[in-house]
Amino acid sequence: MKNKYSIFSLIKNAFSYHENWQRAWRDPEPKKEYDAIIIGGGGHGLATAYYLAKKHNMTNIAVVEKSWIGGGNTGRNTTIIRSNYLWDASAGLYDHALKIWEGLSQELNYNVMFSQRGVMNLAHNLQDVRDLQRRTHANRLNGIDAVYLNTKEVKKFCPIINTSPNIRYPVLGGTLQRRAGTARHDAVAWGYARGADDMGVDIIQNCEVKGIKRNGDSIEGIETTKGYIKSKKIGVVAAGHSSVIANMVDLKLPLESKPLQALVSEPVKPIIDTVVMSNAVHAYVSQSDKGELVIGAGTDAYVSYTQRGSHDVVEGTLKAILELYPIFSRMKMLRQWGGIVDICPDASPIISKTHIKGLYFNCGWGTGGFKATPGSGDLFAHTIANDEPHKLNADFNINRFVSGDLVDEHGAAAVAH
Amino acid sequence: MFLINCPYCGERDQSEFSAGGEAHIERPKQPTELSDDQWAEYLFMRKNIKGVQFERWNHAHGCRKWFNMVRDTSNDKIHAVYKMGEKPPIK
Repeated sequence: MKNKYSIFSLIKNAFSYHENWQRAWRDPEPKKEYDAIIIGGGGHGLATAYYLAKKHNMTNIAVVEKSWIGGGNTGRNTTIIRSNYLWDASAGLYDHALKIWEGLSQELNYNVMFSQRGVMNLAHNLQDVRDLQRRTHANRLNGIDAVYLNTKEVKKFCPIINTSPNIRYPVLGGTLQRRAGTARHDAVAWGYARGADDMGVDIIQNCEVKGIKRNGDSIEGIETTKGYIKSKKIGVVAAGHSSVIANMVDLKLPLESKPLQALVSEPVKPIIDTVVMSNAVHAYVSQSDKGELVIGAGTDAYVSYTQRGSHDVVEGTLKAILELYPIFSRMKMLRQWGGIVDICPDASPIISKTHIKGLYFNCGWGTGGFKATPGSGDLFAHTIANDEPHKLNADFNINRFVSGDLVDEHGAAAVAH
Repeated sequence: MFLINCPYCGERDQSEFSAGGEAHIERPKQPTELSDDQWAEYLFMRKNIKGVQFERWNHAHGCRKWFNMVRDTSNDKIHAVYKMGEKPPIK
């Protein structure tokens, strides 16, 4: 049983110079067989394992991760959480996640630093205004908090925005979701890992999947760099590398993997206390608790697994940032990085069974998966445990590309692609 | 970001080009006879390879011609460039 984190444990450990903290999770060797294996130890994969153990009593399970946990897109995103999506299916999915976020630190006994500082989406042309107003109405019909702001109200909410009518893409208005905000991305992975480990889940790092063994139409196990592991149920949560895993069983997915970039500035005093996103000029910015501006750029328009991204994409984003926030003109950027995002043609995820028995995929989150981490894990765990989707992820099945029931969220995805 | 050797214009910056996705996906010859599964396969399903991939590119801010390219998506190295209708020079 794990020791509980609290003010008392902090004081107690201070007396031993913080040298005797209990390990947050074990480092086990893989067993020969598990009831289920999750491929991918990012936030979504660890959350899946956590909810499989907690809600479905499946504790003989493993998470295999080719690198270290949370080292992929979980540690590379811009930590924005919101649920203001247009369609009913998406509203249900993302707001389910947001509701779990609201109590997550308490549930995990791990501070994920969830901060409901609000997310504002800007409109820069007449079509943006119409789209955002429509989305505000749709959100409110689905019980999601949303308000539409005019230019003056935008300026009042975030005074450093340049609302002059004379800029190339003037701010004509915006939407605000006050329950939205940010969280500490690493803490989400670590918190779920600690919670899952505590219930007996094996988290196996530095263990890359090399092949999947199937017997006709069902799954038998996986070939890894740490040997063969048997399991009749495999959940794949490999983000940008989902197609790589799918190709091992000759399954084609409707995905394209592309680098998405982000960057942070040098730390400065608090200047922006919310998250501001602009789909049209492709710039979004917030400030971390350390004081860095966290800036999200766009995707490269071609398939690549390089985790780098192109310079011209960053340049375009920074031009837009400077026009919207002239106050940042002398800021220096500290770091830039890329993550590989798996994008579906309709910009919505897949949380689904496949035609192969025992093989499940949770992928296609594209540029906006972090916000959904708790909800995605919860629903994917339900799908794996019951071999049936939960009603909230029923619309996000893989067959929608055959039936044509797409969930087109290009308008609500913050990164145009 | 890399340089692309356009078969018509020569070496140019990648930002002049737009990517057109996986190459050699043939348009169905008899669209009316396709099942929903076959349509999904043609429209949406992609190999999305990590490694050497065949793809279509367009020199959008140049000659505006389409051509094919063989590129390693794990390191963005281009192995070959060839015109539309030509057989790929590499297997």
